[in-house]
Amino acid sequence: MPLAPGTSHTSDFAGRSWSEAWTEGRDTPGDCILPSMAPPPPPPDPQFVLRGAQSAVHALHFCGGAQGQGQPLLLSGQGRDLRVHVWDLAEGRNAIVDSVCLESVGFCRGSILACGPQRWMLAMPGKGGDEVQILEMPSKTSVCSLKLEAEARPGMPMCLQLWQADSSPLPLLLAGYEDGSVALWDVSARKVCSRVACHEEPVMGLDFDSQKARGVSGSAEKALAVWSLDEQRALQVHRTHQLTNPGVADVRIRPDRRLLATAGWDHRIRVFHWRTMKPLAVLAFHSAAVHCLAFATDGLLAAGSGDQRISVWSLYPRM
Amino acid sequence: MKSGGMDPVLSTVRLTVREAVHTLSSSEDGGCIFSTLGSLKRYLGETENPALPEEQEEFARIHFSTFLRCLVGKLSPDWLELLPDGQLEELWASFFLEGPADQAFLVLMEAIEGAASPSFRLMKMARLLARFLSAGRMAAVMEGQCRQQMEPAFPLLQETLLSKVVGLPDHLGNRLQRENLAGFFPQNYFPLLGEELLRALQVVVESLRGGLDCSVSFLSQVLGKACVHGRQKELLGVLVPRLTALTQGSCLWQRVCWRLVERVPDRAMEAVLTGLVEAASGPEVLSRLLGNLVMKSKKAQFVMTRKLLFLQYRYTTPVLQSLLGYLAMDSQRRPLLIQALKELLETWGSSSAIRHAPLAQQHYISKAILVCLAHLGEAELQDCRDELLASLMAGVQSHLDSSLPAVRRLGMIVAEVASAQIHPEGPPLRFQYEEDELTRELLALATPQPAANSPSEAGPPVAPVTAETPNKETVSSGGPQAQSEGSDSELDSDDEFVPYDMSGDTELRSSKAPVYVRDCVEALTTSENWERWEATLWALEGLIFRSPAATQEVSVELAKVLLHLEEKTGVAGFEGLRQRALVAVTVTDPVRVAEYLTTQFYALNYSLRQRMDILDVLTLAAQELSQPWRRRKPPQQGPPGPGPQPGSPATPAWRAVVEERIRSKTRRVSKGSAGQGPAADPNKFNSVAGYFFFPLIQHFDRPLVTFDLLGDDQLVLGRLVHTLGALMYLSVNTMVAVPMGKALLEFVWVLRFHGDAYVRQGLLSAVSSVLLSVPAEQLLADLPDELLEAQSWLADVAQKDPDEDCRTLAIKALLLLEKLRDKLLPPPPP
Repeated sequence: MPLAPGTSHTSDFAGRSWSEAWTEGRDTPGDCILPSMAPPPPPPDPQFVLRGAQSAVHALHFCGGAQGQGQPLLLSGQGRDLRVHVWDLAEGRNAIVDSVCLESVGFCRGSILACGPQRWMLAMPGKGGDEVQILEMPSKTSVCSLKLEAEARPGMPMCLQLWQADSSPLPLLLAGYEDGSVALWDVSARKVCSRVACHEEPVMGLDFDSQKARGVSGSAEKALAVWSLDEQRALQVHRTHQLTNPGVADVRIRPDRRLLATAGWDHRIRVFHWRTMKPLAVLAFHSAAVHCLAFATDGLLAAGSGDQRISVWSLYPRM
Repeated sequence: MKSGGMDPVLSTVRLTVREAVHTLSSSEDGGCIFSTLGSLKRYLGETENPALPEEQEEFARIHFSTFLRCLVGKLSPDWLELLPDGQLEELWASFFLEGPADQAFLVLMEAIEGAASPSFRLMKMARLLARFLSAGRMAAVMEGQCRQQMEPAFPLLQETLLSKVVGLPDHLGNRLQRENLAGFFPQNYFPLLGEELLRALQVVVESLRGGLDCSVSFLSQVLGKACVHGRQKELLGVLVPRLTALTQGSCLWQRVCWRLVERVPDRAMEAVLTGLVEAASGPEVLSRLLGNLVMKSKKAQFVMTRKLLFLQYRYTTPVLQSLLGYLAMDSQRRPLLIQALKELLETWGSSSAIRHAPLAQQHYISKAILVCLAHLGEAELQDCRDELLASLMAGVQSHLDSSLPAVRRLGMIVAEVASAQIHPEGPPLRFQYEEDELTRELLALATPQPAANSPSEAGPPVAPVTAETPNKETVSSGGPQAQSEGSDSELDSDDEFVPYDMSGDTELRSSKAPVYVRDCVEALTTSENWERWEATLWALEGLIFRSPAATQEVSVELAKVLLHLEEKTGVAGFEGLRQRALVAVTVTDPVRVAEYLTTQFYALNYSLRQRMDILDVLTLAAQELSQPWRRRKPPQQGPPGPGPQPGSPATPAWRAVVEERIRSKTRRVSKGSAGQGPAADPNKFNSVAGYFFFPLIQHFDRPLVTFDLLGDDQLVLGRLVHTLGALMYLSVNTMVAVPMGKALLEFVWVLRFHGDAYVRQGLLSAVSSVLLSVPAEQLLADLPDELLEAQSWLADVAQKDPDEDCRTLAIKALLLLEKLRDKLLPPPPP
């Protein structure tokens, strides 16, 4: 399964095998362990570590092997050159085939949604710092730009996610804003359906489980917010989950909707049981903030960090 | 009734009896004997033509016993077979079973005692006695005594009767040995006696109803004597449930019952009362059975308010509750309850009692206090509030001073509950202690029973103490938190996701920690930058282990800084971080740092906390040095317990290790297999053990201005003793173990009668350490006298020490000693 980070990559299979990691982490048998408490297993080690990116990794994406022909990777603001590039990755190539010019500099990552064969919809931050621009690719025609009323003062959009409900093909957009709110846009109607304040600090990452109509967002503060979408397309904060350290750069729900992973500024990846939000693991491997996460369709988790490494984890393999 | 000797009736009776006795002794003719006996039966009544009442009485009073003895004398197989089908035997037996029961019983017992050991006659008489019992004649024996009380009694006869009635199982057991009949076993006899007693009581109640006077004195004596013989369970097990039911609605029965207990002789009162309190199912029942006995009988009062509360402590909580509930149920008795509470609190708070009474007893007294408090109302407590508060406060102080955690905890619980009750308007006392079964039991006692007419219906505002839920944001131990999170989730199938260990999930330090050990000293002492200070503390241990050479250059300086370091910023787990850093320095440069620490232990101007830290660090460092293969555990995060209490930080691991080792040894002894000593491992501690051990043991008896080990600072002494024991244990396989063992045994010898249980526990485990660590040959060659002395001391402790742990430790040490001897001197051939 090819993995495409923002910059060129080399694989380094320096990871230790599962069983080795297990035995090494254990205490020597002579240690006295209180009999009443079965100790939880020690945290796992990454399965692989990809080194050599030579700069901080800000975005990750697993490319599907089968339909990966010419699948582009979109990337925003990486080089602060105000461009989003379209890459050709087919057969191991990595060539830029096209670029879109951006009109503002920000931290926001774009989001794409496949609308048909070789047609995609791209959401990215628009001009003026508080707009979201929707383009049709590869024609680069602007569909619309979405902007909240001036009195709402949402600040810049910080993260975007385009999706379609199972029931209707109309594209919807979830956007997290600088003021900590999450808004749901109906792209075709160009209006905001609902907006809810989830955080005190800017929303840094969000992900949405369209099947359960439940989403999660992380911000610069010490908490995750879990919110839900009801029949009337109204967002509601469901619960918050406190973390040890502030700062969540990215949140991802595993495609099978059983795990949630968060990328922390505290260098750690946290794994939760998505339905119950029960914490399952804290993966302390990176030595700088973790910027981005990606789940492969088979459940493999990749994390990119400011320490220029990408760690790949195999957690709770599917039954 | 008392007529002259020339009365014709009486002489007729005498003549008949004399003739009958003559016939019996001379005749071999079955028919003749049968008719003679038949004619005498008239005197027992119940035949077609009974004799005149005066004649019956005369026969019963004067002749019956003599005649029965004559019958006993005739008993032989030939004699009984003079008539076929056992007719003669039946007639013979009927005299015993139908005549006056007391005389028949006495003659039976006498005959059984007089018969040759295994003999026909003995067995016949025993079977007859069994019939006598199963025919319910024992009730008749006792009834007779109840009625006779009107006449000038025969105290001697009654005394004999009493001892035979109660001692029957013993007598029969002695006589019959292996041939004994089941009916005479105490476990069968005493329940029967209980039934018979009830029937006798029934008769008494009936005749009282009929206006006849009766006395239950004999019954009380039977009850008392049986209880003194330790048969409370069998006898009262039958009696109490029936009496509970019978006294339910009947005042007459209640009065008879009260009388029955009142008339119990003083010497038996305690046995009866303890039995009753244990058998009664609650305060109401006890109150019905006893009435106001405690107000009438001094002895009963003594037993109920002193003996059962202060001198004995084996009773269960329900017993204690019914006892104190009984005192609380009547307004006349309530002053006794208040008095008891005062005395209980006084005893509870006495520092001497805390030191010398077994823990179980202290626990018992604490329970009694809580039960008393639950029964007493605010108004009653108000009257003697100052007195109660004074004893309570003194007691709390003494309890918290104790070096045993269990005692401290008792102090905390009682103080919390009692202060809330005695002084409800004051600020509530709150302590932090671990909750377990024992504390829950105690706290449950503090809430008043739903029991009926206790005037204290206002429930005390005792909130159930809930363990504080850790703050999710700051507490770093992820394990338990994860569980509590998961538990509220709905039932689901995919919870096979087992959480990983999340204890490493701590708050991230933003500030850069120093990279060199030398910088740490500076960072820790100049403290403008708190974040850097904290980061240094976190990084220090790892830094020390990574750069041993650099550490050695500044080791003593660093140890000094760490020893004096004070918690300034409330960093989580400060104590643990500091301790681990200190241990790391000590391990890296053992000689110099140990030298420094041991001198500081006896130096002026340290707090007890610091001195105990020194001891802990030395122990942990020694442990690490002696077991180089032991992989260092990941640093344990967070403070171990809620509050910084001296002496209670989780029992150091070495202690568990020592205990475990001793236990395994002990087991091996009992299996009888020849175990060998601990495996020989490379012991880095070898070369430095002396630096740890000797400076510590040398100065303990020199008091300083601020530090007096043999005086007030016994907690530190206890720690010192435990530390020395641990150092000894860790010096196994080292050269220096022999002089260390010698010094330690001398040290133990000096302190062996120390009053504090924690110190004694330390001494005992130190002895075990010596036995484990010093090679057996050397022990016997170099320290024979010390060993002998230690052995006699251990034997003494194992038997007499009030502290249970001390006794157990002494037994373990004795077993080790035993094993040592077996190893050196092969057991003599049997």
